[in-house]
Amino acid sequence: MDDFYRDFILDHYRNPRNQGHLDAPSASAEDLNPLCGDRIRMELDVRDGVIRDVRFSGQGCAISQASASMLTESIKGMRLEDAAKLSKDIVLENVGIGISPTRMKCAMLGLRVLKSAAIGEIAGWPDEE
Amino acid sequence: MIAFDEQTAQRVIADFPILARPTSRGKRLVYLDSAATSQKPNAVIDALDTYYREYNANIHRGVYEIAARATDEFEAARAKVARFINAQPQEIIWTRNATEAINLVAYSWGAHNLHAGDVILTTEIEHHSNLVPWQVLAERTGATLRFIPVDGRGELILDDIDRLLEGVKLLAITHVSNTLGTITPLERILPKARAAGATILVDGAQGAPHLPVDVRALDVDFYAFSGHKMLAPTGIGVLYGKRALLEAMPPFLAGGDMIRKVGYERTSFNDLPWKFEAGTSNIADAIGFGVAVEYLEALGMDWVRAHERDLLSYAFERLAPLEARGLAIYGPKDPARSSGVISFNFADIHAHDMASILDTEGICIRAGHHCTMPLMDKMGWSATARASFYVYNTAADVDALVEGLEKAARVFKL
Ligand SMILES: Cc1ncc(COP(=O)(O)O)c(C=O)c1O
Repeated sequence: MDDFYRDFILDHYRNPRNQGHLDAPSASAEDLNPLCGDRIRMELDVRDGVIRDVRFSGQGCAISQASASMLTESIKGMRLEDAAKLSKDIVLENVGIGISPTRMKCAMLGLRVLKSAAIGEIAGWPDEE
Repeated sequence: MIAFDEQTAQRVIADFPILARPTSRGKRLVYLDSAATSQKPNAVIDALDTYYREYNANIHRGVYEIAARATDEFEAARAKVARFINAQPQEIIWTRNATEAINLVAYSWGAHNLHAGDVILTTEIEHHSNLVPWQVLAERTGATLRFIPVDGRGELILDDIDRLLEGVKLLAITHVSNTLGTITPLERILPKARAAGATILVDGAQGAPHLPVDVRALDVDFYAFSGHKMLAPTGIGVLYGKRALLEAMPPFLAGGDMIRKVGYERTSFNDLPWKFEAGTSNIADAIGFGVAVEYLEALGMDWVRAHERDLLSYAFERLAPLEARGLAIYGPKDPARSSGVISFNFADIHAHDMASILDTEGICIRAGHHCTMPLMDKMGWSATARASFYVYNTAADVDALVEGLEKAARVFKL
């Protein structure tokens, strides 16, 4: 697990991309991981079915925050309906290394919130689908 | 330099088989999560094994030999736990854990003694188990909750205690904070609560395992604790209650074992303590609890307390140099006012990341809100890492923790 924390992960943790809020998001969602209290909010600017812009906010461990930060970069320009169908693979590809089962929920929190925003209701945990 | 009783400590370690098992990475297990649950000595594990292999039978009405032995051992365990806290056996009600013990009081005593407008006084450092049952009870009865505030170092602020105690029907207070290790100054609060006419419940989940406890000297009405945090199996806990109070309380659960005479319309209830023990009890684990307190008595609770104080002193000494590099230690930071818990965060390393990194070194700590969300919110912490000590920990475990923190600093490029 200690090899998870490579330079680019720490960079996303300490310098998160697309952090903050949108003036008038067209979709948003927020959730927390009740086990550890990690919290993430995602706000989307969707036009013509395409995610034009995204902001996230929240607090938590390096795994949850870096995964969310990387996810925001992956989804800009993506069709909303495709974002709604994303699987855990996108997160695993982004972090590029195995995540221990006890920390999987941390990694998946951002994706779960994104999918909730995309479908307009609370999505399931991507690692359980 | 602190003089550890290293000889006794090594003998204790040898009694805990799990501590001899390396982790899957081949590391020595450094168990620093006893505030969540303790490890179990051979004597306790063997007691469970012996019960199931040699005299497994239901208790109290069996006429045959092994049923009689099971009943004797079960009641002997009650007597041992009673002696451990200086109570009478009839005042020891077996429950599943401290949480159930507190709920028993909330439902049985609370529902009959609390009314709209009554006040329950508790504190800002309580575990959810000694908070939520009172919120539920207040909701149901129309009573209100009041809180003894906590200061930035995690100690209760008693300046206003006389005013806070005015008109209080029930004081529900922890003996030791599981998040910060703070030992609450019961000797200053309880006499005042008594004088104010309050009924007193102490959450002893972190008290009974770590401090000598004398419920008579403390003069508490109820004292709740869990076996699993004090070397006993999971699934067995205790509610101590003063006899007169327990006598006057209605049963909590109804069914077998708690009755004297049952008719179709009406039933008379059994004597204490069985009135509160409906259905078949957790026989094996109660017997294990008896063995666990014998183990602690043989060590001596003064030794336990002194050992943990030594460990805390040594840990504070070893951790001090890291404070300049961003280590924040929460809680009293005074071994005399704190029981074996160190809550901390290290620079911008989140507590969960810290726990994962330490795990790779075989070091078990807890990370999160420790079932004290209101306290965390008040202190402005989203999560803390918590290392907690018990009888089988030694200076080597503190050293391992410090090395683990150094590793975390390297991983996070601090
Ligand atoms: C102070 C305190 N009270 C109550 C409890 C609840 O104990 P249990 O879960 O065994 O009922 C705990 C356990 O973490 C605790 O630390």
